[in-house]
Amino acid sequence: MTALLEIRDLRAEIGGRKILNGLDLTVNKGEIHAIMGPNGAGKSTLSYVLAGKPGYEITGGQVLFNGEDLFEMSPDERAAKGVFLAFQYPLEIPGVATLTFLRAALNAQRKKRGEEELSSPDLLKRVRELAKKLGIDPEMLRRPLNVGFSGGEKKRNETLQMALLEPRLCVLDETDSGLDIDALKVVANGVNQLRSTERGMIVITHYQRLLDYIVPDVVHVLAAGRIVETGGKDLALQLEATGYAQYQNEAA
Amino acid sequence: MAAVQETVEQVRRIDVEQYKYGFVTDIESEKAPKGLSEDIVRFISAKKNEPAWMLDWRLDAYRRWLTMREPEWARVSYPKIDYQDLYYYSAPKKKPELASLDEVDPEILKTYEKLGIPLREQELLAGVVRPEGERRIAVDAVFDSVSVATTFQKELQEAGVIFMPISEALREYPELVRKYLGSVVPTSDNYFATLNSAVFSDGSFVYVPPGVRCPMELSTYFRINERNTGQFERTLIIADKGAYVSYLEGCTAPQRDENQLHAAVVELVAMDDAEIKYSTVQNWYPGNAEGVGGIYNFVTKRGDCRGDNSKISWTQVETGSAITWKYPSCILRGDNSSGEFYSIAISNGHQQVDSGTKMIHLGKNTSSRIISKGIAAGVSQNTYRGQVTAHRKAAGARNFTACDSLLIGDMCGAHTVPYIEARNPTAVFEHEATTSKISEDVLFYCIQRGLSQEEAVGLVVNGFVKDVLQQLPMEFAVEAQKLISISLEGSVG
Repeated sequence: MTALLEIRDLRAEIGGRKILNGLDLTVNKGEIHAIMGPNGAGKSTLSYVLAGKPGYEITGGQVLFNGEDLFEMSPDERAAKGVFLAFQYPLEIPGVATLTFLRAALNAQRKKRGEEELSSPDLLKRVRELAKKLGIDPEMLRRPLNVGFSGGEKKRNETLQMALLEPRLCVLDETDSGLDIDALKVVANGVNQLRSTERGMIVITHYQRLLDYIVPDVVHVLAAGRIVETGGKDLALQLEATGYAQYQNEAA
Repeated sequence: MAAVQETVEQVRRIDVEQYKYGFVTDIESEKAPKGLSEDIVRFISAKKNEPAWMLDWRLDAYRRWLTMREPEWARVSYPKIDYQDLYYYSAPKKKPELASLDEVDPEILKTYEKLGIPLREQELLAGVVRPEGERRIAVDAVFDSVSVATTFQKELQEAGVIFMPISEALREYPELVRKYLGSVVPTSDNYFATLNSAVFSDGSFVYVPPGVRCPMELSTYFRINERNTGQFERTLIIADKGAYVSYLEGCTAPQRDENQLHAAVVELVAMDDAEIKYSTVQNWYPGNAEGVGGIYNFVTKRGDCRGDNSKISWTQVETGSAITWKYPSCILRGDNSSGEFYSIAISNGHQQVDSGTKMIHLGKNTSSRIISKGIAAGVSQNTYRGQVTAHRKAAGARNFTACDSLLIGDMCGAHTVPYIEARNPTAVFEHEATTSKISEDVLFYCIQRGLSQEEAVGLVVNGFVKDVLQQLPMEFAVEAQKLISISLEGSVG
C-alpha cells in the first residue's frame, strides 16, 4: 500500500540557516501523528515546506504524497490535491466575507481538479450544515475573514475550512496556541469529527495538553530538524514530565 | 519566486496587452485646423450654431486662459504640452442633425457595440422580456468632440427630464443653460477649466424638474478616437427641488503612441431636497509598459449643494489614463446638505494619479464623507489630495475621511495630502489614513486554500475596495470589479 505521505531525509533551510536536517516521517491514511518538540526544532518549517510557502529552500530529500513528488506541485496544486495546513495564526482579509472566501477556495480547487464549480445556493447549504455540526454561529460567515475574530473563532474557522475542503492530509500547526481550555475542547471536537480512515493528520504542538483531546496514533519528537524519538501516545505524557532538554543536548 | 515578487512581475508586463479598448475606428472626420486661436473658438461656436452670448462667453474664457499658467502643484510630471499642436474639434463626417439612431454611422455604432455600450434601444427593448423593475440606462454617446446618439429620449421627455447633448440644449433651452453654465465652475476657475470653457464642443445636459425622480439611470460614454485631438466635454446636471438623478460616466480611448489631452468640466447643481449621484468608471488608455502614450486626464468636477437638505455623491473608479488630475468636489452651501466622495484609484505601469476631493462646508449642519482607496503597482505614483474646510458660518459641520493605500511591489508610491481647515469652532472633522503593502502571508494563506496567485491578488484587492464598490450602481459595480481584476492581475492561465 502506498503511504499517504512519505518524507525521506528532508533537508530545508531559510535564508542560509539550516532548519530541517534529514527528517523522515511516514503517515498512512487514517493515522494521526503528533509532532512535538522544543521551540526552534523546525516544527513550523515542516508544515510550511509541505504546504510550499515561498522562501524555504529544499536542499535535500524527497516527499511523496500519494506516491507523487510533492515538490513538483505548486502550492495551489498541492491544496487541490488535498494538502491542508491549519495555520497557527490564521490571516485576516478585510472586506472579504468568510463565505466568499470559502466559495473562492472550494471552487478554485474544484476547477483545478476538473470538477464542476459549486453553485452559491448549494455552497451556502453545505457550509451551513458544516457550521452547525461544528458549533459555529452562521453569523460568522458574513463577517470578513478572521477580521476581529477571537483566537477560538479563528481556529474554529480553520476547522470549518478543513471540513468544507475535505483534504486528504491535514497539517495542524500549533492549533492550541492562543486558546483557553474551553475553546481548545471545541476545536478538538471539530478536528475529531474529521477523523476518517481516508484521511491522515499531522498535529504539531508544543504541549501535551492538545493531545488529551486529539488522541494521536503515533507521537514523534522533533529536535534540531530531525525526528529523534517515536512512540505511542504515552510518549507525550512522558515528555510533559521530563521536558525537551535531553533531546536538545542530543541534537547539539 | 516569492508570491508578491511574481505578482509584481506580472503586473509589470500587463498594461499594453490588457487594454482591450485600444482599437481605432476608421471613420472620416471633420476637423478644425490645428492649434488654438480666437478663430478656432469662433469656428467651434459657429459649428454648433450657438447664440451670440455663448460665443462671447467662450471668447472671454479664451482671453483669460491666455493670461493663466498651467498648474504645477500636483505630484505628476509630464513634458510640456504644446497647445498649438492639438486639434480642438473633430467630428465624424455625417449629417449634423440626426433624426434617429438609424442615421448614426454604422462604424460608430459598431465601436460602441465593441465597447459593450448598449446604444440600440430597440434591441434592448425587443425580444427579451425584461424582468419587472429591471433598471434601464439611457446613454449619451460622445465620439471625439460630438455627441452621436442619445437613447430613450422619448421616455425621459414624458417624465419631464431633459437629457441631451449640451450643444443641442444650447439651442433648445438656451435660458436654462445660460442660468447654470459656469455657475459652479466659473470660466476663471483654473487653467484647464478655462481652456474647456473656451473650446468645449459637446457633452451632456441633464435637467430634472422639481419633484421628479428620474425613471432610469442616465449615462454618457466618452470615446476619443482621433489622433492628436483633445477632448473637452462639458457636462451640466441640474436636479431641481426634490428631484433625484443617478448619472454614470464611462470613458475609453484607442492605444496611441502620443499623449492625448482630455480636459473636461462637470458641473452639478442640487436644489432644495434634491439628490445627484454621479458615478465614473474611467478607463482611458494608460500608455504602454514603457510609459509611452496614454491620456492626460485633467478634469474639473464640482457639485453645488445649492439648496437646503440637498445631497451630492461622487463615486469614481479610476483605472486608466497616463496622468489623472481630478478632484470631484462638493460645495455644501445649503443648510443640512451633504456631500460624499467614494473613490478607487488604481495606478500601474508608469501611471501617475493625483486625485481626491474638496468638501467646502458653507451652510449649517452640513456633512461630508470621504472614502478613498488607492492601489499602486508597477512604478506608478498614486496621490490622494483632499481639502476639507468649514466656513466661519458653517456651524455643526461634520466630515469623516478615510484614506487607505495599498502597495503592490516596492517600486511604486502612495501619498496622502490632506488639507483641513475649520474656521468654525463647532466643526468636527475626522481623518484616518492607512498605507499597507499587499501581504505575502495573506497571499500564501489564499494560495494554500487552492487559489492561484492571480485569484489571490484579485480577492484581496476586491476586499480592499469593497466599501467603495458597494456605492456603485449594480451594472457598474460588476464592470468595475472586472476592470480592477484586469488592471492588476495579469493574464490568467
